[in-house]
Amino acid sequence: MTREEVENGTDDMLIDGSDEQQRQDVNAVRHEVNANYLKSYYGKLFPVADIHKWLSYGNDGKHPRCDESYFGRREFSFTLENDVYLRFRSYNSPSELEKYINDSLPFQIDIGAVYSVDPSKRFAYAQSGDNVFIPVERELVFDMDISDYDDVRYCCSGADVCLECWPLMTISIKVIDTSLRDFVLIVSITDDFGFNHILWVYSGCHGVHCWVCDAKARRLSNEQRGAIADYFHVYKGSENSNKKVYLPGPALHPFLTTSYTNVLKPFFEEKLICSQNLFSTEERYEKILEMIPDESIASELRGKWQDKKRPPNSKEDFHIHRWEQLKNSLQSGKHLATGLRRCIEEIVFAYTYPRLDMEVSKHMNHLLKAPFCRVCVPIDPNRCEEFDPTTVPTLSRLLEELNSGASQMQIDSENKLKHDAKSKLG
Amino acid sequence: MEIVRSQKKAPTTVDAVPITQLYKSAPALEVRLEDFEQFAIDRLRVLKGISDGLSRGKKHEEMQKLVTDLLRANMRHPDPSEVINKDIISHFVLRLVYCRTEDLRKWFLANETALFRCRFNGESAEVQRALMSELDIPHKALTKAEFENARDKLSQVARSINQPLPGSTTADTTFFKVPFEEVPDLVAGRRVYIHKGHAYVAMNQVVSLLVTKFRSHLSRALVLTNRSSVPLTVVSLPRKWTSAVKEQEKDRLSPIVEALCTSYLGPDYSQPRELAEMSIKDIDQVAKTSFPLCMRHLFEKLREDHHLKHGGRMQLGLFLKGVGLKLDDALAFWKAEFSQKVGVERFDKEYAYSIRHNYGKEGKRTDYTPYSCQKIISSTPGVGDHHGCPYRHFSEENLRAALYKMGVSSRAMEDIMDKVRNRHYQLACTLTFEAVHSSSCDAGINHPNQYYIDSQKALQSKVNCI
Repeated sequence: MTREEVENGTDDMLIDGSDEQQRQDVNAVRHEVNANYLKSYYGKLFPVADIHKWLSYGNDGKHPRCDESYFGRREFSFTLENDVYLRFRSYNSPSELEKYINDSLPFQIDIGAVYSVDPSKRFAYAQSGDNVFIPVERELVFDMDISDYDDVRYCCSGADVCLECWPLMTISIKVIDTSLRDFVLIVSITDDFGFNHILWVYSGCHGVHCWVCDAKARRLSNEQRGAIADYFHVYKGSENSNKKVYLPGPALHPFLTTSYTNVLKPFFEEKLICSQNLFSTEERYEKILEMIPDESIASELRGKWQDKKRPPNSKEDFHIHRWEQLKNSLQSGKHLATGLRRCIEEIVFAYTYPRLDMEVSKHMNHLLKAPFCRVCVPIDPNRCEEFDPTTVPTLSRLLEELNSGASQMQIDSENKLKHDAKSKLG
Repeated sequence: MEIVRSQKKAPTTVDAVPITQLYKSAPALEVRLEDFEQFAIDRLRVLKGISDGLSRGKKHEEMQKLVTDLLRANMRHPDPSEVINKDIISHFVLRLVYCRTEDLRKWFLANETALFRCRFNGESAEVQRALMSELDIPHKALTKAEFENARDKLSQVARSINQPLPGSTTADTTFFKVPFEEVPDLVAGRRVYIHKGHAYVAMNQVVSLLVTKFRSHLSRALVLTNRSSVPLTVVSLPRKWTSAVKEQEKDRLSPIVEALCTSYLGPDYSQPRELAEMSIKDIDQVAKTSFPLCMRHLFEKLREDHHLKHGGRMQLGLFLKGVGLKLDDALAFWKAEFSQKVGVERFDKEYAYSIRHNYGKEGKRTDYTPYSCQKIISSTPGVGDHHGCPYRHFSEENLRAALYKMGVSSRAMEDIMDKVRNRHYQLACTLTFEAVHSSSCDAGINHPNQYYIDSQKALQSKVNCI
């Protein structure tokens, strides 16, 4: 290979080649997946009982304060084989749900909110006074899609994912999760919102969903959900603006600092710049230089990098070396103008900070794909049940947590009753 | 005539704007019919001014000044003891007007809340504390120990939002521990330190708590007012008011109130005028000459990519409806584009439904109205989106290129970029209109469909002159 071929990323074209083959295989398998597969999957593997137990949050027990109507007020929606889409389905028991799923073999199952009345009976009630059909509870959810990272990964695009770019997802998980609660494996410094029951789910093809199941989270209003989503909203991308991350002010909020120091910076410097060859071609390093508001610094760096052949030492050193050069240029004493103050952090954030779909989190009635639902099955059909055991709790672990919290639920509801009584008298 | 004083016994000076009210319950006051209308109109001017200021993206300090000026200009009264009454009466009259539809309620709520926030900020610490107790906010002051533990983080937050460091003066050591869900706007702006579910709120941020309470109370009140008031007649007024109004004047109220409502919000372009029609073959031409930049951009991207994401489909789709594109033509138009990317079948299955939905032919059968500039400016386009206001979201480079393509001269370009830098997005669009059509647009642009109509008018008059 000539030097030019190396600089222009022929390496990557070879990788793409083998990916293309893989993609064709997947498509072939997809066409073959049929009712038989779904039948055995739903019949043998799909954990209806566990899902029922999870979504009941203790209301399936025998305690007098259990709300028997609770599960029946949850909306499910289904996408069937001929692209028929059905909303506002509800079931009073796990066996009812199971029967429907086994009879209709849906391609996709979505979970919605818990409403004031059974969704399937919503027209039976007169819509007046207090008897309105509105969502009353709903897990706090987050959705991150790998295809939203297309502008910072060169190995794949769209729905495709490989070992090099999947880490973008896992570090996004770490940033959000840490802030949502105590993160089990990493010593956490921030645990902002105080949520404990968090489920991370591989959403089938190309992203992750996060379900926050604490009672407090389920009762948040749309406005409160919007506030949390905005708290996490740092990456504000849209094709037509250069600056997707803007960090003004003499200091950063502790949440941003902690995320940066503990997760984003190490990942960027130790993994991403090399795995994505961020400095290897002009097209790629121009993307970074674009984020430097001072043109003289950008051209200084450009001058150093243009037409320079990659030195014979390892690939890692090459990218690290250029990153160090960039940092030095920005940090050297003479350039203390505002706008440059946070440039390094802004670059790191732009490449690594989680890109959330705001609309998913902001509305209680948003439908989200159910965990364990078979969809977009990759070549290995067991993949959709496979979670990384070191970072993501499984449904059974979540259930254990909830079970030990079930007694907490009783205490919670007792306290609520006391509070309600007090406020009526006071 | 007997005047019953309102319950708030706050001192008023001759020049002062009224002390911040909570409007918890309708007052037992008597009011003359002329005042009824005039007070409401005066207050409406204030709210409209606030609405304008917000849509231009004015920051806190600018809004503060704007509100003070607006109140001084509109809410005074020759008799100083009447100032508070005017405040209360005008608020409750407008409630009657603005409770009737979802859009009106949203508009009223947004601007009354902004008004409340600005007025509260201008009050003394004493009055502020009094209002806090009235609104029953659950809050605990931090103990000394808690403060010391959190001091580092609190300082960091303060520096990140350009506030004085906690502990620098005695007043600033007062922090309150509040459940985070009570202060959504502080959380959203990352203006507080959050730990284990509690937000650490500084004294000067307490306004956020109050604003939330004020807002939710008003929101509930509007819905109730709507439910209880049937046709908008004098029947819905507090009884004391009824007796103050002479019999023959009762019928006058309804039209006054109706007029209040429509005159200030402007037409909503939901019903295209009878003669306005657009056929598909005209679209490309008309897009070049008469679409505002936001719609032009969406249109071009649609032609280029044969696809638009949801936000873009809504913004452009409803605009086209307002311009006069019939449902069948709309289906054909979107189909012609999308089928090049996703195929005819997928279009029919996945996208046709929502187009019909927008025209009120599916589901709830709501006839959705095209978005106003205010709504478009405040949207947040994400990755892969092309909607929103380009004057707000485009980089300077891209904006210049786009305007150049529209035929804007370099001198006009500088004026426009100056407006953009000062966040006057609608003024920028107005200047663009004037540059492109070589004619003036005195009313200013408030709505993309207005831009279209004015553009067509301007072009037509040129044709007529030839």
